Amino acid sequence: MTARRKRKSILPGFGLTLGFTMLYLSLLVLLPLFTLFLKSATLTWSRFWEIVTSDRVVASYELSFSAALIAAAVDAVFGLLVAWVLARYTFPGKRIIDGLVDLPFALPTAVAGISLTAVYAETGWIGAPLARLGIKAAFTPLGVVIALVFIALPFVVRTVQPVIQNLDREDEEAAASLGASRFAAFRRVILPTLLPAVLTGFALAFARALGEYGSVVFISGNMPMRTEITPLVIMTKLEQFDYAGAAAVAVVMLVASFFCLVATNMLQLWGRRRGVWA
Amino acid sequence: MPPTDAARQTARPEERPIRATHASRAATEPPLVRWTLIAVAVLFLALFLIVPLVAVFAQALEKGVGVYVKALSDPDALSAVRLTLLAAATAVVSNLVFGVAAAWAIAKFDFHGKNILVALISLPFSVSPVISGMVFVLLFGASGIFGPWLSAHGLKIIFAVPGILVATTFVTLPFIVSELIPLMEAQGDEDEEAALALGATGWRTFLRVTLPNIKWGLLYGVILCNARAMGEFGAVSVVSGHIRPVTITLPLHVEILYNEYKFSAAFAVASLLTLLALVTLVAKALVEGRAKAPRLPAEFAQARGARPA
Amino acid sequence: MSITIRSITKTFGGFTALRDITLDVPTGELVALLGPSGCGKTTLLRIIAGLETADSGEVLFDGKSAARTSVRDRRVGFVFQHYALFRHMSVFENVAFGLRVRPREFRPSKAEVRDRVHALLRLVQVEHLADYHPSALSGGQRQRVALARALAVEPKVLLLDEPFGALDAKVREELRRWLRRLHDELNVTSVFVTHDQEEALEVSDRVVVMNAGMIEQVGTPEQVYDHPATPFVYTFLGHVNIFHGRVHKGRASIGAVEIDAPDHADAENAPAVAYARPHELEVAARPSTPADLEATIVRVRFAGASVRLELKTAAGEPLEVELARSRFSELGLARGQTVFVTLKNLRLFGNGRPE
Repeated sequence: MTARRKRKSILPGFGLTLGFTMLYLSLLVLLPLFTLFLKSATLTWSRFWEIVTSDRVVASYELSFSAALIAAAVDAVFGLLVAWVLARYTFPGKRIIDGLVDLPFALPTAVAGISLTAVYAETGWIGAPLARLGIKAAFTPLGVVIALVFIALPFVVRTVQPVIQNLDREDEEAAASLGASRFAAFRRVILPTLLPAVLTGFALAFARALGEYGSVVFISGNMPMRTEITPLVIMTKLEQFDYAGAAAVAVVMLVASFFCLVATNMLQLWGRRRGVWA
Repeated sequence: MPPTDAARQTARPEERPIRATHASRAATEPPLVRWTLIAVAVLFLALFLIVPLVAVFAQALEKGVGVYVKALSDPDALSAVRLTLLAAATAVVSNLVFGVAAAWAIAKFDFHGKNILVALISLPFSVSPVISGMVFVLLFGASGIFGPWLSAHGLKIIFAVPGILVATTFVTLPFIVSELIPLMEAQGDEDEEAALALGATGWRTFLRVTLPNIKWGLLYGVILCNARAMGEFGAVSVVSGHIRPVTITLPLHVEILYNEYKFSAAFAVASLLTLLALVTLVAKALVEGRAKAPRLPAEFAQARGARPA
Repeated sequence: MSITIRSITKTFGGFTALRDITLDVPTGELVALLGPSGCGKTTLLRIIAGLETADSGEVLFDGKSAARTSVRDRRVGFVFQHYALFRHMSVFENVAFGLRVRPREFRPSKAEVRDRVHALLRLVQVEHLADYHPSALSGGQRQRVALARALAVEPKVLLLDEPFGALDAKVREELRRWLRRLHDELNVTSVFVTHDQEEALEVSDRVVVMNAGMIEQVGTPEQVYDHPATPFVYTFLGHVNIFHGRVHKGRASIGAVEIDAPDHADAENAPAVAYARPHELEVAARPSTPADLEATIVRVRFAGASVRLELKTAAGEPLEVELARSRFSELGLARGQTVFVTLKNLRLFGNGRPE
């Protein structure tokens, strides 16, 4: 998109709309988030540190972080595959499958949670064959990963798909005319162009997976120190009215989200410089 | 960038010469590779999407249609439906008004701090649902900032219906505005300026010129906002207090049934929500078709750089 | 390497892009495929490259069928209209690409690649831009890099798809001449596609005029310009005045002019169309022959070194005459003036059909 230099607008309504917007945002976003930091500020630094580094909490970080990372990585690879197949090929049922990719986005997380648990439990449709192979899915970290792969998939597919659709086939033809095999053309020409998009999708998937609650709490089993995710730690503290403690852990999560946001924006910028989103 | 490159990149398929719409042999994989890739992709989707989707209905009907219907006509279920509808309606309406106002301010004007404003608007997208609910507990809960004031006036937000409405509105805040901003920026000011030059007032201009132009983006945002509002679990779970049946939405009802081992009932209610999700997907596809361009849901728009230039 | 095209037909859906095309391109020749948009010239070029497959017919390189050879193996250098330079690679990496993707046995060493690439960049005069990315280059520079990239793989045949179409007029002219010089130096069989007749006439050894999927005429630039085989060729290559008349038994009457038409000896009072180029018509203030057409000057246009007169005959028909500035001043002509036009060098086609 070309940058438009906006001269002073003659359109009315600026004051009204901006005023209303600021009011709404202050009440609904700024104020609540401010109280979060306020509450965690009631703790002394040492107490804050003690809470956010306690064994149970740290174990939850490890689980949340690593599960989100693995799930985002799986989604990056298979999401790219799905996006490629949807963007480039035709096959029976493609339109339906294309629509279904957004299912994790439209489906309530609780529904996803109980359904995935039912499917991957030892008596479930996929869990049973896995059990015969000695793999336990539900109520283990693997279950958490599976739920997160489900939840974060559309983030990769829908970020990469339009980029693939906009790829200039002439580049691939040029590569072929210069003697490159299809695989070499993919590796040297297509993939580098897609990389910013794939990484952005990865970052978005990771950020979403990190904070996910509903779809995970059913399949994980919620065993402290083993299959407890950080949002659940916060939830538990809330139920015990340990608001300050909950706020402290929440601050840690927000800081992590912030870094994800920064990383995503930098990838965005990188992609724009490479002309990826055009 | 020189205009020719821009032209090449923005030329839509129907504008390119006829031969270019056919994939040339050189830019396609051999059939074996193609079908293998398709098979793997479909298998992956089956494992993670299709099977769980089918499982909802299979489990719901496992004990027969009678049990299914009983679960749905249960008074607690119906009350949950009513609350969910209320929450969704509240969220959609207030975020609609907000979305339009904010999009107008952001898309049509330049001002300092615009980027910060947009970042703030996108905040609910990046915050974990549990935290989204928690901040309102800290604000309006009994020991929260406004807690004493609220109880002094006999008002209850947390662990009552208002809390659910607020939390749902927060979580779905960015959906509509994120759809409208890139749309309105792409459409530019010309139509509005023309209307003003012809003597229309600001309101008139907005109602008769802007609104029709953005109607599909608006509808799209409403569809997504509604889907998320009806399905929100984490944030609502925190603020609800699980007071049956008053503060139980459909997703919470599913959770309760599930935790009480009433699996068929849980899946029956879940199937209702799943049908809603499928309807959402269809509606989304229809609006995309009307708007003639595949749309990314708003959650991506903020990171996709569809922000003010 | 010579290219032989035999009876190539290609349809896209319901649309026939090429009808039974047969053409020979001898080794070392620079041939232009000239025609309006949609005439099939680019499709033909892509079929030669192997980027499209014909529905029927064959392409032969040095007499051998290329049917089973993929575009990868055909050793053709293809230069795309919009360059198709790899955006994420530098100029150097773009040009080196063809060498780097060769199978191990045929891959040159890093040093060899470096030398070859730099030699090519020097040849196309962009060596100083080796480390830049395509986005930093001008259109003309990009086009030269695209050419260098195609030449890097030592192609037997060079195919260029409207190579200068996306460039400014001045740059286009420069590159046109430069391409001709390059071809004279390298002597690679080359085929280029263009819709610009000036370009085709100026650069190529032979011109192939195409229209609606068929070849109208093949010949040297002089041949197609001075002896067009069909009305289409005539009207496509340069400006034209059209005259309607009749032809009967070898004699044609165009207005008051009577000319011999030996090719139409059998014609029985048939309609005929005659063409004359603006610069082949003569104007004078007084008639020089009884057959001269009387016309009024409607507009005078200065086009650099020549002057173009828009005239209207007594019968209301438009005429265009081109003359040198000096001649124009000599004659002292002005708008509104009545002049007399001598019709010379009329080219006749019976009923507008090619003879």
